[in-house]
Amino acid sequence: MFHVKQRFDPPARHHYIPDMTHALSHDVIVIGGGHAGTEAAAAAARCGAATLLVTLRRSTIGAMSCNPAIGGLGKGHLVREIDALDGVMGLAIDRSGIQFRLLNASKGPAVRGPRAQADRSLYAQAVREILQEQQGLDVLEGEASDLVVSQAGEIAGVRLADGRVCRGRAVILTTGTFLRGMIHIGNERWPAGRIDEDATVALAATLERHRFSLGRLKTGTPPRVDARTIDHAALEVQPGDDPPQPFSWLTDTITVPQVPCHVTATTQATHDVIRANLDRAPVYSGRIDGTGPRYCPSIEDKVVRFGDREGHRIFLEPEGLQTTTVYPNGISTSLPRDVQEAFIATIPGLTGARILRHGYAIEYDYVDPRQLDHALQAPRIPGLFLAGQINGTTGYEEAAGQGLVAGINAARFAGDLPGVRFDRAEAYLGVMIDDLVTRGAAEPYRMFTSRAEYRLVLRADNADLRLTARGREAGCVGETRWRVFSQRCQEVRAAMTRASELQVSPDEARAAGFDVNRDGRRRNLFDLAASAAENDRRLLALWPEIAFWPDHAMDQVRTAGRYRGYLGRMEADIAAFRRDEALALPSGLDYARIGGLSAEMRETMSAIRPATLGQAARLPGVTPAALQALLRHVRRNAA
Amino acid sequence: MTIFALATAPGRAAIAVIRVSGPAAGETVRQLTGKDPPAARQAARRQLQDSRSGDLIDQALVLWFPGPASVTGEDVAEFHVHGGRAVVHGVLDALASVPGVRPAEPGEFTRRAVLNGKMDLVEAEAVADLVAAQTSRQRHQAIGQLQGLHSALYDRWRQRLVDAMARLEAVIDFPDEELPAGLLGENTAVVTALEEEVRAHLDDGRRGERLREGLSVVILGAPNVGKSSLLNALAGNEAAIVSAEEGTTRDTVEVTMDIAGFAVSLVDTAGLREVPQGVEEEGIRRALTRAEAADLTLLVADASRWDETWRRVETHCGENALVVAGKADLARPPPGVPGLSAKTGEGVDRLIEAMAQHFRLAWQGAGLSPSRARHRAALLQVADALARYRHAETGDVTLAAEDLRLAATALGRLTGRVDVEDLLDVIFSEFCIGK
Repeated sequence: MFHVKQRFDPPARHHYIPDMTHALSHDVIVIGGGHAGTEAAAAAARCGAATLLVTLRRSTIGAMSCNPAIGGLGKGHLVREIDALDGVMGLAIDRSGIQFRLLNASKGPAVRGPRAQADRSLYAQAVREILQEQQGLDVLEGEASDLVVSQAGEIAGVRLADGRVCRGRAVILTTGTFLRGMIHIGNERWPAGRIDEDATVALAATLERHRFSLGRLKTGTPPRVDARTIDHAALEVQPGDDPPQPFSWLTDTITVPQVPCHVTATTQATHDVIRANLDRAPVYSGRIDGTGPRYCPSIEDKVVRFGDREGHRIFLEPEGLQTTTVYPNGISTSLPRDVQEAFIATIPGLTGARILRHGYAIEYDYVDPRQLDHALQAPRIPGLFLAGQINGTTGYEEAAGQGLVAGINAARFAGDLPGVRFDRAEAYLGVMIDDLVTRGAAEPYRMFTSRAEYRLVLRADNADLRLTARGREAGCVGETRWRVFSQRCQEVRAAMTRASELQVSPDEARAAGFDVNRDGRRRNLFDLAASAAENDRRLLALWPEIAFWPDHAMDQVRTAGRYRGYLGRMEADIAAFRRDEALALPSGLDYARIGGLSAEMRETMSAIRPATLGQAARLPGVTPAALQALLRHVRRNAA
Repeated sequence: MTIFALATAPGRAAIAVIRVSGPAAGETVRQLTGKDPPAARQAARRQLQDSRSGDLIDQALVLWFPGPASVTGEDVAEFHVHGGRAVVHGVLDALASVPGVRPAEPGEFTRRAVLNGKMDLVEAEAVADLVAAQTSRQRHQAIGQLQGLHSALYDRWRQRLVDAMARLEAVIDFPDEELPAGLLGENTAVVTALEEEVRAHLDDGRRGERLREGLSVVILGAPNVGKSSLLNALAGNEAAIVSAEEGTTRDTVEVTMDIAGFAVSLVDTAGLREVPQGVEEEGIRRALTRAEAADLTLLVADASRWDETWRRVETHCGENALVVAGKADLARPPPGVPGLSAKTGEGVDRLIEAMAQHFRLAWQGAGLSPSRARHRAALLQVADALARYRHAETGDVTLAAEDLRLAATALGRLTGRVDVEDLLDVIFSEFCIGK
């Protein structure tokens, strides 16, 4: 049951492989040079695959098409996981970040999300440098216009618009919002992928020919303004953290100069202007029918739905150190140009602001990700992988994370190795991909920490402890990373072991200033660290040796102490979850033959083909009765 | 496979209902009546015959419920036949001879209903209770659950929990947004109220569970004041239907009966002596223990030796006690105390009415108490998680959020919404009678 518009559905045709004796040949071909594409290409190459990155323009590799920031809640977790798997994004933002903030610093380690403002051009430059340094990775400018599929139905390569053919054992599509992209500003509209860049139309038709079901989503950006025309003196200043905390374990310190952001807000006058011109907004005039994200509404949406509020906050984010462009985060819009100018002039600090580029909404095709498996491979064309916004997600981090997983798996596919997947109890990457392939994307999918059932375990601070060893096994973690990780891992282990050995009596603890009961129970470092602050003098007084422990190791001890009872319960939950995940459902299961399944359930399950009983349980609308029927059927047929 | 079973109690009765469920249900009607099934959900009078021998079995009412609008979600046929043994066996025999039809296993009808989404798990448990319900009061409770009273209550709790979780998650996932002030304060109130409601629901002296198991009534009194006569009088009265006699020990005699629709287990105990010795001492100790745990104590004193015999039981007088004067044929009972004569049968009806009144007052609304140990366990987890929430919210909101998630998971387990795999085996193993 896909809630997406089904397009015309002509019979699939097979493509004959033309003479490719003069053609390029690679293990893995990545189409698209955005965040998914670059991460995918780098990961495939790290895994040892001869990789080709095909992009429309070399100069836009690593471009940030929306807001100039990386990380946040859930997203920051994803970046740390990408870094743990030796990916690009964490390193790139550390080389280009101009303001770092740890969100939720006061709310407990599991929900602390690192975030940074980026210098747009430094970021893209960092990505390009990292790709250049990567061995086994070629970059080619060109427009991919078609997939080449073998007689046997497997992917064989891609055909470019100029007629060239690139041969590859695996292909990763990361075309972002370029698939039949359509930009809207008021009544103006034109086909485009990003502003000033062409949309990709041919590939959308290719996907349809291969009977992928496509849907349509939309997203938007705010008008950019000139910093020199902003009255900063009138505005609230939002400083970054001092010192800035890097994303990557490979970064010692941030050397990019740091700048503050400013905060302003819309006014009643702003709302009046917008209200008076609503009929000219494409979303309200009916010119856009793609589904936009509820959590990232345009300013016209905000005014319509929450107009009674005094004002909506706007973060003025500088796009870089050398540029005067400012990204006013919070007022994405597709209102006509004159309306954008009129409402900007009503915002404190922006009354004289000059718009450098108007805001716009973009509608684009996406592929319903329920047609993919957990490796992000499309089973209907073995060897074809899809990653990023093409799968209905939004955000650089979500795109990059998918790119990484697709890259690893494409390389393994090309090398005839079994796929690698991360589960929901192991990584946000696993949560995201499972959500996508199981439940699809009814609106642009964005990561939140609340999507993770095992949030206390999936922390930004332990991403490497969870994933680096797995990445090493999968082949995507290089020597340098492994050395750094091994040392950290050893230090954490030593601290955790020692922490349970360090014990005091209640009287000793009280003497040091801890308010514990005189119950005769000895307390260890975990117990006391749970309630202690960072660098707590009371702990140092009891156990001077911990002064020599690295901060990162002490952090793990403190968190383990703080989450103790909860982590125990969660581990039991995870064990139950893994039991269901271990119950594999046969891939050829004929759902029509399972008695006790409703017609709707049969349809859903046949379409998604859940890999495990656990995944089946997460399908929308699945009842315990349906699961029971499924389980009985599988057990009976296995016996 | 199509299944059939006798849906009413075995043994002699005016009518017996035989139910058939499955794809071949219509075929069984054709085989037994020689005609197509009657119009859906309308009773039709038909002659039943054994298609093999052509023998007439009975004149019967036949009902036809085409799936999915039936109790199991499959095609269902019902044969209402005369309740004699021979007739019932004749029909069952004839059914068994229809191809693709076999006798049902215990609980199989209910299981099919659950598998076809006709019933959720709470309701399915209620069916097991309904089938096992011996008295009208138990039936009332079971029907309440069947109609989804519990499910509705749990769903309402779940919704409030979800709302509270949403508020908390918003605070966690959107730290840079301007959220309305006091979101978490609101949560404190909601979670506190919810916990209190769940605890109140639980803290009802396990009423639902006890109602299901039967109420215990203990007769207490000095030796030879007419306790045994009282037991016999109650047991012999036609208003008290004695269904079984069990557990006669040297110091207690127990009789199960139905009083005004309540399943009651009536226990006669050893007489309370002033200076007990040996075996008697143990008997008295047990009598007092039983009395303490009882839902109702009947304190019996001798009308002819009132002061002396009342003194022995006086201290047990309380809210859950009724005072009875035995041997009322020998002497006039004190004012206000109902007299009872086992010899003349005088006062027995009045006592039964008093007991019924007591039960009705004490057990009003018991239909809404959680009647299964599984429900209690899950609700206790909910309440405990909510209690931890109140503790955690002042510290780490992540832990507070985790507590709400645990509460929601526990509640979801109850209504059969999430993570049910490990429960299903347990639940279905409880369906030993349901059909």
